[in-house]
Amino acid sequence: MKAARYIEVGQMDELGRLDTPLHRLDARVKMAVVALFVVTVMSFPRYEISGLMPLFLFPFVLMSSGNIPSGAILKKVALALPFALFVGLFNPLLDHSPVLTLGSWTVSGGWLSLTSILLRFTLTVSAALILLACTGIYRLCAGLEQIGVPALFATQLLFLYRYLFVIGDEALRMIRSVRMRSAGSKKLSLRTYSTLTGHLLLRSIDRAQRIYRSMVSRGFAGQIRVLYRTRPGWRDAVFLIGWSAFFILVRFWNPAAALGGWLTGEHP
Amino acid sequence: MSTPVLEIKNLGFCYPDGTEALHNISCRFEYGEAVGLIGGNGAGKSTLLQHLNGCLTPSEGTVLFGGIPISREMLAEVRRAVGVVFQDPDDQLFMSTVFDDVAFGPLNLGLPSDEVTARVHCALERVGMRHLCDRPPYKLSGGEKRAVSIATILAVSPDIIVLDEPSSNLDPRGRRRLIDLLRGFGQTRIIATHDLELVVEVCQRAIVLDGGRIVAEGPVVEILNNEELMLAHGLERPHILRHQHPHH
Repeated sequence: MKAARYIEVGQMDELGRLDTPLHRLDARVKMAVVALFVVTVMSFPRYEISGLMPLFLFPFVLMSSGNIPSGAILKKVALALPFALFVGLFNPLLDHSPVLTLGSWTVSGGWLSLTSILLRFTLTVSAALILLACTGIYRLCAGLEQIGVPALFATQLLFLYRYLFVIGDEALRMIRSVRMRSAGSKKLSLRTYSTLTGHLLLRSIDRAQRIYRSMVSRGFAGQIRVLYRTRPGWRDAVFLIGWSAFFILVRFWNPAAALGGWLTGEHP
Repeated sequence: MSTPVLEIKNLGFCYPDGTEALHNISCRFEYGEAVGLIGGNGAGKSTLLQHLNGCLTPSEGTVLFGGIPISREMLAEVRRAVGVVFQDPDDQLFMSTVFDDVAFGPLNLGLPSDEVTARVHCALERVGMRHLCDRPPYKLSGGEKRAVSIATILAVSPDIIVLDEPSSNLDPRGRRRLIDLLRGFGQTRIIATHDLELVVEVCQRAIVLDGGRIVAEGPVVEILNNEELMLAHGLERPHILRHQHPHH
């Protein structure tokens, strides 16, 4: 129950319905820019930290221009953080090669690469979440279909997202009824949990089937249709070209290192 | 029009687990009439409704639409013509706004954008919910959800409207509004319900189901006034008929 409130699943939908210049941009253009962003972030060498910093400008500019509260995005990033942490968890133990000395303290390559992994994770996941928050799942899937992704995959994605609510809802009701009959004890036995999950699966399948039937009853034939197909205009072109130029620039020129070099007179 | 728009012939249906839900059902629905499908819990009402627009395929017998048996090729046409309002509005409303939900059907018909918008507004106006256009459906009250789910069907402009327990979970005012709305429709209406008072007010004809079979069929007042028949199948003679003066 707490998790559901924490993630606030419906919030992304509400954000997706806002009407800002960012929301009005073509979904395909936004997808392309975010994809470029992800490629840029991933293309940096493994120990890179300072070079990644300027890229934080991208999520911040998007959040402020799309009226997206940073809390909404950060909460969801934090939720997925453990996964990234597991990926890099053993780096400090395996990689002892000294890379950096700060006074008497030597930083090993492992710690540096772990930090780099976490930074990349924060950048890419927040960019993906912002893309969802400034486009809305329906327009996003319609956009995917427009760029030639098979309708089957686009609808799969749409349903995956829609049924998230359905399953969450079913789970909430079941947990409530268990709580009411568990005489105040907070701990549930493993047996109860296993029955609950089994039931949840069956109930969700039933519910999903009913929703699908009601979609089919209203003429759904596997194709996502939207009311207004946006046509990319000059704003979209500026958005695409501007950000691409920025990504290329920071990929090959490190402003932090340049600033350091200018201040100290040393050139690495 | 004298030809029935929808006809069921010797329909039988078994669920995959072997439960026999419907047995030898035959009935017809004439154009523009309102028919009450009544019966206790588990009588097979919902299962029967699912056959009317091809959501379920009969194990035996046929469902004829305009005189032609419903086949795979006809499904799209049948589903446009037969609109089903499901029992739980939450199953029917799955988009992020009321507008998008009502627009879903017309968009799937491939209508142009202006036509879709016009239909959405018209359907919402009809059920008195135009002001809810931009609200997310999951934040509506039970009555509002029901009205909007009826609007989602109206927007497709079906010839036949099928409703499964339309008055469940409604407060008296919401129910009254629903009854007035249903009486105002010119389309064929097939209403499965336990709300017998609603049947008396809206329908001309009633079909009584029990154990997956049709046990009685006829004019509403005649069927529902038959106390013996009603009690034998888990129903009751509605108050509205008890209070009617015999000279009226």
